[in-house]
Amino acid sequence: MTTMADTEAPPEAVARATASRFTRLHDFGIVLTVVVIVVALSLTTQTFMTTGNLVNLLDQAAVIGLLACAATLVIISGAFDLSITAVLAVSAIVAVVVTTHAGVPAGMAAGVLTGGVLGAVNGLVVITVKVHSFIATLALSIIYRGLAVILTAGAIVYPRDAQLRSFQALGWPTVLGGITAASLLFLLVAAVCWVVLARTTFGRRIYAVGGNEEAARLSGIRVGAVRVAVFAISGVCAALAGLILASRGGSAQASMATGMELTAIAAAVVGGTSVLGGEGAIWRGLIGVLLITLIGNGFNLLGWDTIYQQVVQGALILGAVSFDRLLRGRRS
Amino acid sequence: MSQPVRIDLEGFGKAYGGVPVLRDVSFTVYGGRVHGLLGENGAGKSTLLKAVCGAVAPDAGRVLLDGKPISVGSPRDALRHGFALISQELALVPAMTVLDNVYLGRWRNRLGWTTGREDGRTLARLMERTGFELDPSALVRDLPLAAQQQVEILRALASGASVIGMDEPTALLTQTETDRLMAVVRQLAADGATVLLISHFLEEVLSVCDDVTVLRDGRHVITGPAAAQTPGSLVRHMVGRPLELLYPEPAPVRDEAPVLLSVRDLRRGAAVRGVSMEIRAGEIVGVAGLVGSGRSETLRAIFGADPRDGGAVEVNGTAMPAGSPARAMRAGLAMVPESRKEQGLVLDRSVRENVALASLSSRQLAGFVRGGSERPAAGSMLRDLDVRGSDLGGPVWTLSGGNQQKVLFGKWLMEKPAVLLVDEPTRGVDVAAKSQIHRLLVDLAAEGMAVLMVSSEVEEVMGLAHRVLVMRHGRLVAEFARGEATREQVLAMAFADDLPAGDAPGPSGSADPTNYTESSRTSTEEHE
Repeated sequence: MTTMADTEAPPEAVARATASRFTRLHDFGIVLTVVVIVVALSLTTQTFMTTGNLVNLLDQAAVIGLLACAATLVIISGAFDLSITAVLAVSAIVAVVVTTHAGVPAGMAAGVLTGGVLGAVNGLVVITVKVHSFIATLALSIIYRGLAVILTAGAIVYPRDAQLRSFQALGWPTVLGGITAASLLFLLVAAVCWVVLARTTFGRRIYAVGGNEEAARLSGIRVGAVRVAVFAISGVCAALAGLILASRGGSAQASMATGMELTAIAAAVVGGTSVLGGEGAIWRGLIGVLLITLIGNGFNLLGWDTIYQQVVQGALILGAVSFDRLLRGRRS
Repeated sequence: MSQPVRIDLEGFGKAYGGVPVLRDVSFTVYGGRVHGLLGENGAGKSTLLKAVCGAVAPDAGRVLLDGKPISVGSPRDALRHGFALISQELALVPAMTVLDNVYLGRWRNRLGWTTGREDGRTLARLMERTGFELDPSALVRDLPLAAQQQVEILRALASGASVIGMDEPTALLTQTETDRLMAVVRQLAADGATVLLISHFLEEVLSVCDDVTVLRDGRHVITGPAAAQTPGSLVRHMVGRPLELLYPEPAPVRDEAPVLLSVRDLRRGAAVRGVSMEIRAGEIVGVAGLVGSGRSETLRAIFGADPRDGGAVEVNGTAMPAGSPARAMRAGLAMVPESRKEQGLVLDRSVRENVALASLSSRQLAGFVRGGSERPAAGSMLRDLDVRGSDLGGPVWTLSGGNQQKVLFGKWLMEKPAVLLVDEPTRGVDVAAKSQIHRLLVDLAAEGMAVLMVSSEVEEVMGLAHRVLVMRHGRLVAEFARGEATREQVLAMAFADDLPAGDAPGPSGSADPTNYTESSRTSTEEHE
């Protein structure tokens, strides 16, 4: 290569250095909000910074956390998955039904498998029908809820009495400071998703597909395969969340976790994952989950009347996102 | 229309994220004249125009109208003083009619109910004045781009604008549409309006503008009558040094060089109707042709970006079945696509990720990206390509057009392809990067790569290629060896059947070369 004689400083180098420094600072606006809430709760209550409460907080965050991991992955890949809680319900029901016939381990495995299969079906429908994933997964979620009603004949399903104790194992505290098995499962899945997104070639492909599908395709990436895989992972995360809920309640039913998919998407987006795709991170989803969970926890600890909780929750989400937006500024 | 006025721009300054894009720019614009704004990539032209028309708030600077300072803090303010902006991204509501768009937000109404008839009458008068022929009830989304632009102009006029800023209005127009628009611009000025015009096309600026202002690195360089300038003098002002665009001479193809790419009877819909060619190692083959002649579609069909309807492709003697880009890449093909923003780069992701994207599998261990081998590989590629100040971690959109294009080349060179397909290698890059990319293509061929290049700039095709193929209506209609044909002959073949009967192009070429495509004109900058 030849190098052009150049007498002027490259202005774009300066622009980029400045831009990236700003981005890095701005990136953490939402973290600041969460830190403020944590500090406030620590100062105003005696009980917040206790092991018991923190363990409890983590356990509360497990279900929505798993769903937020699913939502984050799908949104980064440039799609939406509105079917996660319907998948959750079907998977939990399958887990209970199989458990009654073949035991707890088989039941749990069947539940996870169901989630993966339904997720892959979502992905296949999205890439073949070419309807926007928002509509496709909305329609599929109605079908899945219907399946759940058919499977249960509209009733609540339970494992056998003798199985109940082991079926509820996910709710047990573990040797790790009393953290529940469900919490550990959530942390493990979050860590895996994080590593996959940030460190693997598959993660790179997810960002590329979400950021510029055509560029990804022309770079030899099999866009359809990436999409199906992402939806399948989303389904598995949903199924795991379903197992936790079923395990806690010792039962499953068709209407489980209705509406929670929107909270999960909110958590992902509050953390700073772009709804346009191609941008975001698992840790951002986790921050969003933490924010949402802290609000509920704070109400409890402060003894505030929970009838105001939803209004405060919505207002805080709006405030946090506006603050984040303000710090990050506009591109270009 | 208003009386001739004097508009003074005083001390305009603007910085984005601490980086100044406008520095103390002052000059005077006279009413009833067409005033061209010129400059290289990032010189600040668009920002200045937006600041004057209230679309961005400058950090410093004011506008004086006949010596009296006026406030143009918002588009509404600016409009009140008669300043309207027609930006590159048209601001129309696609699902509304022409009439509704022209009077957007200012529909005549009685108690909130719109009364379209009066608006229709004024629109008819405006169309008469400008010579536009639009159906007022047509939906804007159904109109071609040039007609949408006319809607914007009508809207500016309907709002009583007397100073109209146009940011690269002709960038995406055909020559005929451009000519018509320029006639309207002259007409507007003759009626007493003032037009501030940004364009890359120097001949266009010189032919339509009364005055020109050149900016460089956010600073004012010169303002003066257009008649005193030539394309050469304008380029000198824009780059700050005399500049000659010489094409590097490609190395001769060795006699024993093997055929690396062989295409036989390739078909793809109506765009590609039986294309055959062979390209040898070390050879640069350029394809010229009009927009829509099937040039890009041929490249895409070879690469597998679009399915082929028939024909065979062989790479290095081995048949390559139709399929996907992934398969073509395994066979040793690479394609730098036409549009780096839409097809080439993932703009939000880092430079490093973009460079690595097409060769992820070759630097992985059990699915994990091996950062330790990726960083040096990407770094040395960017150094080779002279991507300035390449912070590997910064998002690629922060780079200039020329550097983005080099990153795109880098992505495809990581795997050393046998055959490089290049669509518009230098579209929207600055002159310096352009000559670097030309040198790169010649160097790659000299190292034994086979290069198939499509460009809208005939000079580029003719200057770099060993052989020039001319494409028309999906077929190759002529082949010229290097230096065998003149620009006029190549254009004549590209145009042949669009000429009136009896005026068929002989080898001497009688087609009007200026009627080629918009991109064949001197372009100095991308539309940002």
